[in-house]
Amino acid sequence: MTTAHLTRAEARAAGFGGVAAIALVGLGIAVPVAALLVLGADTPPDFSVDAYLWRITRFTLWQAALSTALSILFAIPLARALARRPRFPGRIWILRLFAVPLGLPPLVAALGLLSVWGNNGFINRMLGEIFGTAPLSIYGLSGILIAHVFFNLPLAARLMLMGLERQPQEYWKNAAILGMGGWTVFRLIEWPAVARPAAGAAGLVFMLCVTSFTLVLILGGGPGATTLEVAIFQALRFDFDPPRAIWLAVIQIVLTSLALLLLRLIGGEDERSQLLAIGNDRLDATGRLGKSLDIVLIAAGAAFVFAPMAATLVSGLSADFSRLIFRPALWQAIATSLGIAASAAVLSILVALLLIRARFAAPDRPTAGKLAVDTLAGATGSLVLLVPPVVMGAGWFLLLRGGRSSMLAPLAIIVTINAMMALPFVMRVLETAYRAVLNRNGRLALSLGVTGWNRIRRVDLPALARPLRAALAFAMALSLGDLGAIALFGNEDLATLPWLLYQSMGSYRTTDAAGLALILGVLCVTLMIIADRSPAETRENRR
Amino acid sequence: MKPAIDMRKVERKLGDRQMAFDFSRPRGSITAILGPSGSGKSTLLNLIAGFLAPDRGQVLIDGTDVSHLPPGERGVSMVFQDNNLFAHLDIATNIGLGLDPALKLDGTQKDRVAASLERVGLAGYEKRLPGTLSGGERQRVALARAFARARPVLLLDEPFDGLGPGLAADMISLMLEIRADVDATVMMVTHDPREAESAADQVLFIDQGRIAADGPMSGFFERSDLPALSAYLRGRPEA
Repeated sequence: MTTAHLTRAEARAAGFGGVAAIALVGLGIAVPVAALLVLGADTPPDFSVDAYLWRITRFTLWQAALSTALSILFAIPLARALARRPRFPGRIWILRLFAVPLGLPPLVAALGLLSVWGNNGFINRMLGEIFGTAPLSIYGLSGILIAHVFFNLPLAARLMLMGLERQPQEYWKNAAILGMGGWTVFRLIEWPAVARPAAGAAGLVFMLCVTSFTLVLILGGGPGATTLEVAIFQALRFDFDPPRAIWLAVIQIVLTSLALLLLRLIGGEDERSQLLAIGNDRLDATGRLGKSLDIVLIAAGAAFVFAPMAATLVSGLSADFSRLIFRPALWQAIATSLGIAASAAVLSILVALLLIRARFAAPDRPTAGKLAVDTLAGATGSLVLLVPPVVMGAGWFLLLRGGRSSMLAPLAIIVTINAMMALPFVMRVLETAYRAVLNRNGRLALSLGVTGWNRIRRVDLPALARPLRAALAFAMALSLGDLGAIALFGNEDLATLPWLLYQSMGSYRTTDAAGLALILGVLCVTLMIIADRSPAETRENRR
Repeated sequence: MKPAIDMRKVERKLGDRQMAFDFSRPRGSITAILGPSGSGKSTLLNLIAGFLAPDRGQVLIDGTDVSHLPPGERGVSMVFQDNNLFAHLDIATNIGLGLDPALKLDGTQKDRVAASLERVGLAGYEKRLPGTLSGGERQRVALARAFARARPVLLLDEPFDGLGPGLAADMISLMLEIRADVDATVMMVTHDPREAESAADQVLFIDQGRIAADGPMSGFFERSDLPALSAYLRGRPEA
């Protein structure tokens, strides 16, 4: 920012706020990490577990690489088909559908995937009719891959579709008038437009899959299909083997650091744009064969994403709600979940706002201190990606020795972890919006003398109402669906909805589980709908 | 002689506006398409190019009914106001695509790419990327591609808009030379009366989706029998 949009007093206050926020994030992340590192240094590596650590690490990387490759590979033709068919009826609903997995609790999705792809699932029954056996096993690597593709294919496809729709309309007109064929258009126009978003998406997906916990916990399992995150959880909760957990956590942090570095190298600026209900007219995409192929691809993609959600809905509705709603545990879990989610979301937004304001307050005469605050505030958002919830939880778990002595400490930790998880997303939503607001109103407010608390209350917050609502809803959805933090600290007295659901699944109360999954899924999807910056319904007729 | 462009009772509904065009143009003519914004000027070009299919009527180019042919097979080149060049492909590739859409160029075609660049005064620009050229140079490359393609019809959609008067005048004379070289018939949408006067020999004045006037360029702006024209040139009296 070249000109100051804040008074000197405001800038000073913002700077202090930033320092406070950084301190808070530091407390939330650095303390558990420091604990892990210190404890890890005290624990000499036990060479008998060496092979085990190596195997877990290898599997973590392998499943993440495969998941990424499959997600991107399928997303390219899907995004291309969606771009080539800009106006079929229901397109907007498919785009909205593709935004849902982002906020769907992994546990709920896992349950839905089980009923579609599981041993008694729809696919296997169909294949069984044909081949006589159920040939597909969802447990193990194949299940993990299906689940990761379910979550990340729509995300990658949306990012690539944005890349395609950013291309000017004249490109497609030129392609048509020059008579370029489908393959040439792909090679010379579509692929260059998709390559950057594909690389960015690949980095993001890899990051998410390396730190994937819930899906691997449910669908993986067994020593052959366990990732670092799940192994940490097992080491702490089942085997009570802190040294092993520490080593696993240290390896996990090293891996996420490398992955994040990779992401920085390939990602670059991510330009997000809105996806519109009607895309650019594709005057080049007229071949009948190509058109039919597009429709088949889109239908297959939509079915793949929709089926598990539909299955969750169907099996959830057949649950015995009359019995379920009289379980006090349910209401207690709902209350706990909502309380944690609301606190985590508010905390996350507060920290984000402080960090963002501090970043804007460092303009004209940057001192070393101001620069440090600016850099730290910028880095904090992605710093939390380094330390996945289970690792953060593991650090606190070891510091508190299981945290069973009191209720408050684990609650505070879960809230903090959930808030940190949401921070990168909240920062992304709010930073762009705040920048726009400051650019639009900043100097006007200064010239009118509306500064300080008055400005925050009268100008900034009202102007940020929409993005704030979106950030709040999204952060709440993330926290509501999280199993990672509660998995370490949960017990009969401290249970959230995902924890209760996990318990029901573990004790084979499948109808209860289906009902709980439906409740949790509906809660999160409702929040996502509130948060979704959904495709605009119309666009001006461009010709 | 058959007209180069023959629009036979072409009708097309867009939104709630019914467009109707019926006219023909002899080979080698240069027509300025004028009219208020939203009147259907670009729609007319899109119908000729094949970006829009007519609801009724036929589009004939050099006597052949092309109504059902895709844009690439109609014998048409087109220059837009912007984005005529793929920004990530070098100049030679951008022109080469006009000669072979699969980009398998033989020696003579490569020579034609070079010759076309020389024709517009940009010899040696083959390896440059469009982003390193000025706006005027990019439009010259677009003209070079039209020159290399040598199609019978050249459609221009406000191609010299935003270039400034001097540069636009240079571009128009270049366009006129190229038109003469390849003996093309030109249809040119513009909203600049001076541009129309210096480039065109005929006018189509479009108003509310219909042809309000079809005649020679000379003296056209002095006509007083067209209320839509005077509103277009001088603003509506009540506005």
